[in-house]
Amino acid sequence: MALSLSNPARRRLRTLGFLSPWLVGFSVFFAYPLIATVYFSFMHYNQIKEPTFVGLRNWTYVFEQMPLFGPALRNTLWLVVIMVAVRVVFGLSLGLLITKIKTGAGFFRTAFYIPYLAPPVAATVAFVFLLNPGSGPVNEILGSIGISGPNWFNDPDTAKPSLVLLSLWGIGDLMVIFMAALLDVPKEQYEAAELDGAGPWAKFRYVTWPSITPIVMFAVVTGVVQTMQYYTQALVAGKVASGVNIGPGSVIQPGYPDHSTLTVPQLVYQMGFQNFNTGAACVLSLVLFAIAMAVTMLLMRKRSGLLAAED
Amino acid sequence: MPRWRMPTCASAALAAAGLLLSGCANPSVGSANDDPTKPVTLKFWHGWATPGEVKAVNDSIDRFEKLHPNIHVKATGNVSDETINQALRAGGDKAPDVVSSFTTNNVGQYCDSGMWADLDPFMKKTGLDKHKTFPKTLLDYTSYRGNQCALPLLADAFGMYYNKDAFDEAGIERPPRTMSEFEKVAEKLTVRSGKSSYKRVGFMPNFRFYQNSPDRLFAQWGPKYFDADGDSRLADEPSTYKFFKTATRLADAQGGFDDLERFRMTFGDEMSSQNAFLTQKVAMHLDGEWRGLMLNEAKADFNWDVAPLPVPDDQADTYGRGFITGTVAGIAHSSKHQNAAWELVRFLTADTKQVVHFANDIHNVPSTFAALKSPDLDADPTFRTFFDILENKHSKALPPSVNGGAYVVSLGDFAYGVEAGRTRDLRKGLKKLDEQIDADTLQSKS
Repeated sequence: MALSLSNPARRRLRTLGFLSPWLVGFSVFFAYPLIATVYFSFMHYNQIKEPTFVGLRNWTYVFEQMPLFGPALRNTLWLVVIMVAVRVVFGLSLGLLITKIKTGAGFFRTAFYIPYLAPPVAATVAFVFLLNPGSGPVNEILGSIGISGPNWFNDPDTAKPSLVLLSLWGIGDLMVIFMAALLDVPKEQYEAAELDGAGPWAKFRYVTWPSITPIVMFAVVTGVVQTMQYYTQALVAGKVASGVNIGPGSVIQPGYPDHSTLTVPQLVYQMGFQNFNTGAACVLSLVLFAIAMAVTMLLMRKRSGLLAAED
Repeated sequence: MPRWRMPTCASAALAAAGLLLSGCANPSVGSANDDPTKPVTLKFWHGWATPGEVKAVNDSIDRFEKLHPNIHVKATGNVSDETINQALRAGGDKAPDVVSSFTTNNVGQYCDSGMWADLDPFMKKTGLDKHKTFPKTLLDYTSYRGNQCALPLLADAFGMYYNKDAFDEAGIERPPRTMSEFEKVAEKLTVRSGKSSYKRVGFMPNFRFYQNSPDRLFAQWGPKYFDADGDSRLADEPSTYKFFKTATRLADAQGGFDDLERFRMTFGDEMSSQNAFLTQKVAMHLDGEWRGLMLNEAKADFNWDVAPLPVPDDQADTYGRGFITGTVAGIAHSSKHQNAAWELVRFLTADTKQVVHFANDIHNVPSTFAALKSPDLDADPTFRTFFDILENKHSKALPPSVNGGAYVVSLGDFAYGVEAGRTRDLRKGLKKLDEQIDADTLQSKS
C-alpha cells in the first residue's frame, strides 16, 4: 500500500525510514558508546567481574588523586594550541610558496606530500633516530659546525617542540588542502587589486585571506579534534627515545621524559587497557570529550561570525 | 510529547542502557567439567619470540603431546601481557586456554580479578604438593592472598656481569661485594673521553638503562613494600633512603647523572649486537641469566664472568642475594577445557625432565627443587651462579598487588625524578608516593 503524504504519522515514518541508516550509525557508534562511558564512569569495573556502583569515586580519583592528570591535560592543550597553530601557518605558507613556483612544482608537491604517506609509527621511529642527541645525524651535523645540539626528545623542554617538528614533516595533507583553496581564488580579484596598486601583503590580506577563511577554519577545527586525540606519535617517540626495554611483561609509564609527552589519550589507554580501571578511563574520556566539544563549538561560532561578516 | 513524559523516557532509556551494559559486562565463563583424556585442542599463548626460544617451546609441546596423545596444543608466541589481558577480558572462542606471562608484576591482578583460574583445586585433584615442588619465593610471586592462580615456569635471577679484561686493566682482583666497594670499583673502571663523554663507565646506575629498573637494584636492600594491611610503606622503610643515596653516589662517582644519561643515549638496543655490555661501554652490568647465552652466541671478544650484585655494607652477610622474577603460567578463566589445560600447565611447570630440558634450551633458571638438583642441568658455572642467587634465602621478588605492577611503575617514575635531582625532599616525596600507591590500590579494589 502506498504511503499517503497527507497522513502525518506515515510521513514521519517515511522520514525515519530514510534517516534510519544514519540513525543506526549514530546510535551504535556515538549514542551507545557515550551512554556507556557515562554509565561506567560511576562504576567500578575491571572488565571481568560485574560492574558495581561507586558513585563519584572515579571522578574524585581523577581530579584529586591522579597526579598525572594535570600534566597530561596541560600537554594536550599545549599541543592543541601550538601544534595546530604552527601546522596551519606552515601548511598555508608551504601552499602559498608551491602555488607560486613555476618550474619543478610537481617535484616539490610530491616531495612535501610523500612524508605524509609514511605510517606514523615508522615516521616517528625514524625521526627519533635522526634527532638522537648522542648518535643522531642531526646533532652530528650541528656539532660539525660548532653548534651543540639540543637533547630533542630526551629533554622535557624540547620533547613537545620535537613532536611539533615531527608533525610539520608530515604536513602534506594540509598543504594539498590549502593549495586547492589558493588555486580556487578568482584571478580577476588579484588583477583588480593590482590595478588598485595593492602589493603582495595587501593582496594576501584583502583577496586571498577572505577567500580561504572557511578552509583555514576547517583546518583549525579538524586539527583541534585530531590533536585532542594525539596518541601514537607521542607514545612511540617517548618509548623509543627512553631506550627502556625491560621485557614484554613490563609496563612503563608513558610520557618520557618527565611526563612531558604524556597526553590524555595515552592516560585513557593506560587506565582502561593496562590497569583495567574502566571507571577512571571513562572519566578521562568524558573530560576530553567535553573540552573538544567546547573548543569546537567556540570555533564554529567564530566561523559563523566570520561568514556573516563576509556577507 | 507532553513535558512530563520526557524525563520518564530519558530515565527509562538510561536504565535500559544500564541493564544492557551490565548484561554485556560478563565475559564468557569457563568450566572444569571436561575429561582430560578426551580429544581436545588447547590454545597456548606465550611471550617467547626468538627462533631458539620458539623452537624450545615447540619441542616442549611435542614432548607433551607424546605423553598426552589426545591433547593437541596450538601455540602462539610473542604475545604480550597486554594482549593476553585484553583477550581474556573479551572472552570468546579465540581466547587462549593456557597462558603465560614474562612478568610476575601482574599476578595480583590475574588472581584478584579471577582472570586466571585458581590452581589449588587442580593440584589437590592430581596430587601435586606445591610446597615440596617449588621454592617459597616463587610460590609467593605466583599467588595473591591465598589464591594460587599461577605457577612458575622457569625463573629469572639477577646478578652482575663483569668485564674481566677491564678489571685486569684497572688492577681489580675480584668483583665488589659491598656497596662502598661497588662505588670505588665503578669509579676506577670508568674511562672518560673528552669533557662530557665516556669510553667506558664502570657501572651505569641510571634507572632507564636496560634492566636497571629501580626495583631490581633495590632488592639488594631486601625492602618491604607493604605493611600487614597492604598499605605502601616506602617512606617508613629505612632502606629506601639508603638505596637512593647509594644510587646517587654511584652516579656522582662516575661523573654525575647528566653525563651518564647522555652517554646512555648512545647505547644500542638491549637485545642487539649493540648491547652496551657487549660493546664494552659498561664494565659491570646488572642482568639476568639469559645474558650469558647471548654473550656466548655473540662471541663476545673479551673475558667476562658473573657474580651476585653487591649488598649494603650493613647487610654484608646477605651477599649472594639478588632480585628474582620469572615467567608464570596459568589457566584462563574462560577456558572450557580446564582439566586438559591443567595437564599442560602441570607438565610445563612441574615435570622435572621437561623443566630441565627447557631451562637448558633457553638458559633460564629452573623453578622446581628437583630440577635445580638435576645432574642433567647445564654445567656452565656462570649459569649456575644464578641458581645460587635463586636459592639464596635473602633473595627478593616483588610482592603481588591488586593492580599489577602499577606500584612498580609509580616507584620507577619517582626514581627517575630522584636520580635527575628533581626531588629535593626525599621524605616528603616518598610520603606522597605512598599516598599515591594507596590511592591507586583502593581505586582498583573491587
